[in-house]
Amino acid sequence: MSYRLGRFLGASGTYVLLGVMTLVTVFPFLWMVGTALKTQQEIFVYPPTLWPVELQWQNFVRVFETVPFLRFYVNSVVVTTVITAAQVVTSALAGYAFARIDFPFKNAVFVVFLATLIVPEQVTMLPLFLLVSRLGWIDTFQALTVPFLANAFAVFFLRQFFLTIPRELEEAARMDGAGRLRVLFQIVLPLARPALATIALFIFLGEWDTYLWPLIVTNSESMRTLPIGLRFFVEESGSQLHLMMAGAVMAVAPILLLFLMAQRQFIEGIAMTGSKG
Amino acid sequence: MIAGGRLPHAALGDGGEKGWTALVAFLRHPRRRRDLIAAALFLGPALIVLLTFVYFPIVWAFGISFTDWQSGGAPARFVGVDNYTFLLNSADFWRALRNTVTFVVLKLPLDMVLALAVALLLNQRLRGMGFFRMAIFMPVVTSVVAAAAIWRVLYNPSFGVFNSMLDAFGLPPQRWLRDPSLAMPAVVLVALWKGLGYNVVIFLAGLQGIGRVYYEAAAIDGATPWQRFRYVTLPLLSPVTYFVALIGVINSFKVFSLIHVMLPDGGPLDSAQVLVFYLYELAFQSFRYGRAAALSFILFGIVLAITFLQQRFAEKRVHYE
Repeated sequence: MSYRLGRFLGASGTYVLLGVMTLVTVFPFLWMVGTALKTQQEIFVYPPTLWPVELQWQNFVRVFETVPFLRFYVNSVVVTTVITAAQVVTSALAGYAFARIDFPFKNAVFVVFLATLIVPEQVTMLPLFLLVSRLGWIDTFQALTVPFLANAFAVFFLRQFFLTIPRELEEAARMDGAGRLRVLFQIVLPLARPALATIALFIFLGEWDTYLWPLIVTNSESMRTLPIGLRFFVEESGSQLHLMMAGAVMAVAPILLLFLMAQRQFIEGIAMTGSKG
Repeated sequence: MIAGGRLPHAALGDGGEKGWTALVAFLRHPRRRRDLIAAALFLGPALIVLLTFVYFPIVWAFGISFTDWQSGGAPARFVGVDNYTFLLNSADFWRALRNTVTFVVLKLPLDMVLALAVALLLNQRLRGMGFFRMAIFMPVVTSVVAAAAIWRVLYNPSFGVFNSMLDAFGLPPQRWLRDPSLAMPAVVLVALWKGLGYNVVIFLAGLQGIGRVYYEAAAIDGATPWQRFRYVTLPLLSPVTYFVALIGVINSFKVFSLIHVMLPDGGPLDSAQVLVFYLYELAFQSFRYGRAAALSFILFGIVLAITFLQQRFAEKRVHYE
């Protein structure tokens, strides 16, 4: 299609269309940053302007004074890191077993894993909440992490990758008497580094933005993750749109910076996990 | 999205009579026994988590859906299918379903056409395509809550940019998120903005997977650009299109967070109260656990039915290379 469409449309036509798309995509971000740096009076100016006359950096300070934003960051980083690390480990172990070890009822067990993928989280949400409250975990880190320490998609994804690694590499080490765990950690996982990075990024991005579950199981402000903290801040800021947008900038900036630095890995990782799913 | 039926059949593991005798023979062998222990240890952690936090809750929820359990009320009683019949006869349920379907119908076709168009544009050998790809992908990595907050500001009836644009063209201002007939389309626009980049990247990967030989063959046959698109690109891309559509519909049926932040009360006249929103209200605001559990199984049934129907459809229409 590529060069054909190019000839059909012309390079300049392509650039114009993509330019318009990009402008539409980026405009809300610009508006967010512009509003975040305005004074309250400037927000009420009609017609609205994109960029403030004078940049009000103290808006960010005021957000930090109003809500414990730093705490939200820390909570999100801790929860997301624990879940990502745990899922990579449990999935590497399980994925390796499915890829390499022969055991009875292997296919049946594999189906037990995969079947969890068709269950929407909304189906388990209520009983999971009831379970977690019976355990006394409401408003704790356990509630935010423990139910999500395994992920069938990651198991499947890593199994598929392990199957592409030649068995001979492992068999030599097995002959020398290395146990399965050692083979996995010293031979297979180093070879699987790109797949591990992809799945870790995929898990991280998904968990970073989790909304419904932390909304249900956290009560106190100090347990809120970034999405929940921002949500309540948005509710409370009312007509202080400049502060609302300053909060949004702070929630968006770290992940967007990460993306701009490693956008190839992000996009190729998404394409890879998407087409495997 | 992974069909269990397509898994390869190993010698063991089919269960049944043969499986059990094979299992006994298997366990007599010391090396096999060691393998079984290794497998149990490797699978154990993930399996325990999935059984405790996915399987057990599903079974429990199914049980709850046949009771009148509500928080703070009398002890739960078995009420048969009352919760299901109540929901199927309630206007609230049908409104939530209608709103969800509206969301899908407004979003999916636009999403697919736009994503494919942008992917086709990006798939050319021109300078700067990486930059455009990056820009269009930015909303995908943006937090849903932040995205919802940004667009709330854009939609603001008094100081928002949309109304000032309408004004500039001499058009009357709108109330956007406060207008029952505009609230849902306004949310759909945000969902489109947020999700387009993801589908573009999936389509782009699909386009790049189509071999050049097909285009060369078409060129030899004198196909016009439109014919090449219609008879080469579209058929060979159909597995990807199918994937994007299936995931798109399923995710749309699960939409919640964007709406919950943009319209915390479900929108004017509940016009944006979708299924999961209604589920959330039943479970965590009115604490009707029995009804909420029943609704979650209705939702589950809908998602399964869509997957099944689309698979049937795909068998006829999707071309695999």
